[in-house]
Amino acid sequence: MLHVNNFHVNVEDTEILRGLDLTVNAGEVHAIMGPNGSGKSTLAQALAGHDAYEVTDGTATFLDNDLTEMPPEERARLGLFLAFQYPVEIPGISNAYFLQSSLNEVRKSHGLDELDALEFQELLAQKMELVNVPMHFADRNVNEGFSGGEKKRNEILQMAVMEPKLAILDETDSGLDIDALRIVSEGINNLRDPERAFVLVTHYQRLLDYVKPDFVHVLYQGRIVKSGGPELALELEEKGYDWIREMNPA
Amino acid sequence: MTQVAEHTDRAQYQADIDTLAAADTNDTLSALRDAGAEKFSEMDFPHYKEEAWRHTNIKPILKSTFRTHIGASSASVTTDDLAAHSYTKDGLVEVVLVDGIFSSELSSLDTLPDGVVISSLATSEASMDLLGELVNYTNAFVALNTALVQDGVCITVEKNTQVDVAVHILYVTTGQANTATHPRNVIVAGESSEFNVIESYVGLNDESETLTNGVCEIVVGDNAKVTRHKVVSEGASAHHLMTTQVTLGRDSRFNAFAMTLSGQTVRNELCVKMTGPGGHCDLNGLYLNDGDRVIDNALFVEHASAKCYSRMGYKGVLDGNSTANFTGMVLVPQDSQQTDSDQLNNNLLLSDKAVIDTKPQLEIFADDVKCTHGATIGAFPPELIFYFQSRGMDPLTAHGILTYGFAAEVVDAIEVEPLKERLADYVFTKYSPN
Repeated sequence: MLHVNNFHVNVEDTEILRGLDLTVNAGEVHAIMGPNGSGKSTLAQALAGHDAYEVTDGTATFLDNDLTEMPPEERARLGLFLAFQYPVEIPGISNAYFLQSSLNEVRKSHGLDELDALEFQELLAQKMELVNVPMHFADRNVNEGFSGGEKKRNEILQMAVMEPKLAILDETDSGLDIDALRIVSEGINNLRDPERAFVLVTHYQRLLDYVKPDFVHVLYQGRIVKSGGPELALELEEKGYDWIREMNPA
Repeated sequence: MTQVAEHTDRAQYQADIDTLAAADTNDTLSALRDAGAEKFSEMDFPHYKEEAWRHTNIKPILKSTFRTHIGASSASVTTDDLAAHSYTKDGLVEVVLVDGIFSSELSSLDTLPDGVVISSLATSEASMDLLGELVNYTNAFVALNTALVQDGVCITVEKNTQVDVAVHILYVTTGQANTATHPRNVIVAGESSEFNVIESYVGLNDESETLTNGVCEIVVGDNAKVTRHKVVSEGASAHHLMTTQVTLGRDSRFNAFAMTLSGQTVRNELCVKMTGPGGHCDLNGLYLNDGDRVIDNALFVEHASAKCYSRMGYKGVLDGNSTANFTGMVLVPQDSQQTDSDQLNNNLLLSDKAVIDTKPQLEIFADDVKCTHGATIGAFPPELIFYFQSRGMDPLTAHGILTYGFAAEVVDAIEVEPLKERLADYVFTKYSPN
């Protein structure tokens, strides 16, 4: 589904990703862990197509489409979803309207009929139940006045509505208390599907107690320096990131 | 050259003043008109060197000649013509004036609740006292309005009366070329009353150059609450100048919405004087500008008493070569301690050629006050656009939705549902990408 080879990405002329390789297949859950500054968020943003992240070398394909020259909205329409680490607030626009516009853009690109307000309302109600967010989320302006935890839950709701093929979750667990983490994790688990893959970018092992990954990768200095199964996350938890730093002297 | 043009212009106005005087209609308004005419003869039209008019280009208005409609307009207007602007189907009380003159056929006053009196100025005995008391000649256009006033709307709300249904005053300009109307409204809300009014200024013709030169006087009694909505939907070639003067009693509340949707030149001048402690005024505005149009909002709030609160929240969307001006002046004299005042003017520029001049200002002589003022001008940050893109929407769609959201914030604060819905639809249609 996702093939990233020798991926090099610059931010403001500083090289952050330095030859990253990653392959994700349908149905798999990959966790990407690493210390601050290792390039985790850069990978997420670059795959979603943020233009501040310049791909200088290597390839990234998603469902056999070259991502490197593709505008972000087309990636989203193909089924690539990014849950933001810091979701923005959108004044004056209700969540329901935002999500309806979003879903309809995706549907249009696939030659499907757009959903009217009533049809969408029904679908939204189902999705809200699926990921356990309260009904008032629909009428509130997108993320405006939301707590940190509410914003993250709103990202999960958006994911549920858009039904992506690949969801990249950028530190969705950061800053959540244990109750919010549990709700967010249940939301993710409810969306797991043999046709859908997840990339969980996280700093902490805690999330992986709730969402079981198939693969764990350690990102350090712009490269994946170690890959393994769920046990790798536990090893990291035990030994700390210094263990990685010692293995990979600068 | 300007001198000559202005001279010609005054001559037509003077001729109309003389015609009205000679008609000797035994009209209760004639004494007022005489006083206005005298003031008008003493005053010059505002000059761009005057601070309050520095950015309002009124040269096109001064260069053109506008003949004032004398008596009822010959143009026929039907309820069909007004369908898009009327709120009678929504149950609102409606007063319709065609080219400045009250039309009993088009008005719907049947549902008027007890405790409210609405009358046409031309026939109201009561209105004369009020008009004489309230008029304040802040500029020559106010004098001109007074000198040529023939009709308008007078509303009095009795003490302790809560009016649940909003009253809609609909001024329609049929658009005979180079004609002027001089709308005049007086609204007096008695002690502890509550009242909602919508004033619409609608042009039915986009081609011809016309002038609407209005004056509105509002008195909010002690402990009363008045919410006033002004909607300017003038014709594309029309000029609209209006001065609104509001006096607030103690513990009273004045909420205002100034929504400017169309017109070639629009100036909304709003002067609020808070005369007793506990006064509260909340002034909101939205201006949607494009083409080469000019929209000017000039606000003056005088905290003439201690312990009052005032807020200004104006938003503008500017496209094309359009120009907008915002002047907010809050005056706090030495004795007006414990004043609380906020001013904010946010602008969205959709084009490189649009111009906004924004001046939120404070003049504070008291020392125990809390006053803020600010202005923003900008486009949407790239992070916001990227968020939309990451959800499958292209940048054009993102801009449309965000522009709608920016403007909708002002509309959402309106409590008269049918007005809110209609304005939201208007804003949505104007900016939505589809």
